[in-house]
Amino acid sequence: MSILVIAEHDHHQLKSATLHTLAAATQIGGDLDVLVAGSGCQAVADAVAAIPGVRTVLLADAPAYAHQLAENIARLVVALAPGHRHILAPATTTGKDFMPRVAALLGVNQVSDITAVVGPDSFRRPIYAGNAIATVQVEDPVIVATVRATAFPAVATTGGSAAITPVPEVFEAVRTRFVSESLVESDRPELTSARIVVSGGRGVGSAENFALLYRLADKLGAAVGATRAAVDAGYVPNDLQVGQTGKVVAPDLYIAVGISGAIQHLAGMKESKVIAAINSDAEAPIFQVADYGLVADLFTALPELIDSI
Amino acid sequence: MKVLVAVKRVIDYNVKVRVRADNSNVDLANVKMSINPFCEIAVEESVRLKESGAATEVVVVSIGPKAVQEQIRSALAAGADRGIWVETDDTELSGLAVARLLAQVVRDEQPGLVLLGKQAIDTDNNQTGQMLAALLDWPQATFASKLEVKGAEVEVTREIDGGLQTLALTLPAVVTADLRLNTPRYIKLPDIMKAKRKPLATTSPAALAVGPGTGVKLLGVTPPTERRGGIKVESVAALVDCLKNQAQVL
Ligand SMILES: Cc1cc2nc3c(=O)[nH]c(=O)nc-3n(C[C@H](O)[C@H](O)[C@H](O)COP(=O)(O)OP(=O)(O)OC[C@H]3O[C@@H](n4cnc5c(N)ncnc54)[C@H](O)[C@@H]3O)c2cc1C
Ligand SMILES: Nc1ncnc2c1ncn2[C@@H]1O[C@H](COP(=O)(O)O)[C@@H](O)[C@H]1O
Repeated sequence: MSILVIAEHDHHQLKSATLHTLAAATQIGGDLDVLVAGSGCQAVADAVAAIPGVRTVLLADAPAYAHQLAENIARLVVALAPGHRHILAPATTTGKDFMPRVAALLGVNQVSDITAVVGPDSFRRPIYAGNAIATVQVEDPVIVATVRATAFPAVATTGGSAAITPVPEVFEAVRTRFVSESLVESDRPELTSARIVVSGGRGVGSAENFALLYRLADKLGAAVGATRAAVDAGYVPNDLQVGQTGKVVAPDLYIAVGISGAIQHLAGMKESKVIAAINSDAEAPIFQVADYGLVADLFTALPELIDSI
Repeated sequence: MKVLVAVKRVIDYNVKVRVRADNSNVDLANVKMSINPFCEIAVEESVRLKESGAATEVVVVSIGPKAVQEQIRSALAAGADRGIWVETDDTELSGLAVARLLAQVVRDEQPGLVLLGKQAIDTDNNQTGQMLAALLDWPQATFASKLEVKGAEVEVTREIDGGLQTLALTLPAVVTADLRLNTPRYIKLPDIMKAKRKPLATTSPAALAVGPGTGVKLLGVTPPTERRGGIKVESVAALVDCLKNQAQVL
């Protein structure tokens, strides 16, 4: 029985979501093969080869994979599928984009966003914005699943020496054309893997006011997150949204500032180890999940907080 | 160009769902049901395409028991032209099963563009649109926050983890709607009345010649581990002290 894991990376560096996905694969058990598909991504393949427990790194290096287009990656994964009982990818926007396509091309179901491995064919996953946890059993011969990174530890990154096998086939869809990309550059830690996240909501009031959160984040070495309301209002870019339909985070410390605590937001952060909340409304639902709640105006509390750490 | 839009009936997003005492499933008895918010956005987008002249007809389809007609009617009230109800008793169809049925409807209807929500807020699957695109061998753009039909192509801006990506797809194509694609209009009473007279056809998996296929078995549903609220602190100094010395996270 073997497992094919699709690595997430930016062609230079392996993304940590892959390490968590490999932990889920290890819990399932079986030989681990990892596909690195990209353009000029040898360094990523080398990094994966050093992960203990990986049997083979499949390296598909071609310009057609530069933008991880679902049409191309799905065809590639389907070509490599034979012999694998499980196919896993992180439940990132990339994995969510191509994996259902893989499943449908194979004629099987997809289990989205697994948070626990119960057995080789049964898994737990959150439904209804995390207000219920379903245990499901897959009846298909091939199991296609995406993995919620925050629910699994990261595997070690050194000590292994897997073989790297090139995959020469290139799949290039002609009806999808990449036009452009605007990726947010930041020196701060990545939201989904940061140890501390400082998150702001509508209460922050403006893009300018978000500077307070960035200042606090920089003092703490933290990432910055936000609610949908803050993104919709244009205070911050969309890639900061935490929640049911944004990113899922589970840092050691989550500081929620000017956030009411809607279920859709809680779905993305309630697995954080410690939650602190600052809100001027003592009745805000965020206090029902916060370990430490401070009822205060954020415009007086934040400067004070920044000065005291 | 004809636009087909798929809508799902789900629990209203304001309702907090509860797990049944016997852990067999969630309890949906007497809870408010609505059109999935992402589907509502997909409907709005297709109606706007019609208003701008890019689309000539908007067809809305929903799969499920009789009650899904309510959601088809609300899409008709929002401006869709006609509805297709695929009648099934099964409210727990897998994404693949839904995609197979939708694929057959698409083959019959031949739309130039299919719009879906990116995710149903009950199962949180986020897979049906991608599966449909694969079954049809059509290009796809998921998580759309902007959509423009330009001749034989649709240009879509997608919300991805790192920021935004823009793709151009040759039509016909499948696009799934994210939250910031648009803000759905408020539906007025006369539109609801008018929607009652719009055509709504009924079909079934048997009529579409789509078999049941394999599934994902639901073994049980449990509540999440509840997080209990902690303490309220009186000052910023107290907060810092707790985070440093009690929680030891600073
Ligand atoms: C289908 C769907 C999906 C969604 N997905 C997400 C998602 O992924 N993520 C997400 O976050 N939301 C999501 N939402 C939106 C969600 O329902 C809420 O609307 C949103 O989370 C509210 O954001 P907020 O807490 O910033 O704003 P509000 O609810 O407006 O809360 C603002 C808070 O700031 C406080 N405040 C105001 N001024 C101050 C001050 N000076 N000092 C201190 N506190 C202050 C207020 O007391 C209030 O509690 C989704 C909604 C839908 C329908
Ligand atoms: N039963 C259904 N009937 C019609 N459309 C559906 C149904 N289930 C899912 N969809 C569509 O697929 C989208 C994504 O759902 P999902 O993949 O289940 O998260 C929804 O927003 C709908 O557009």
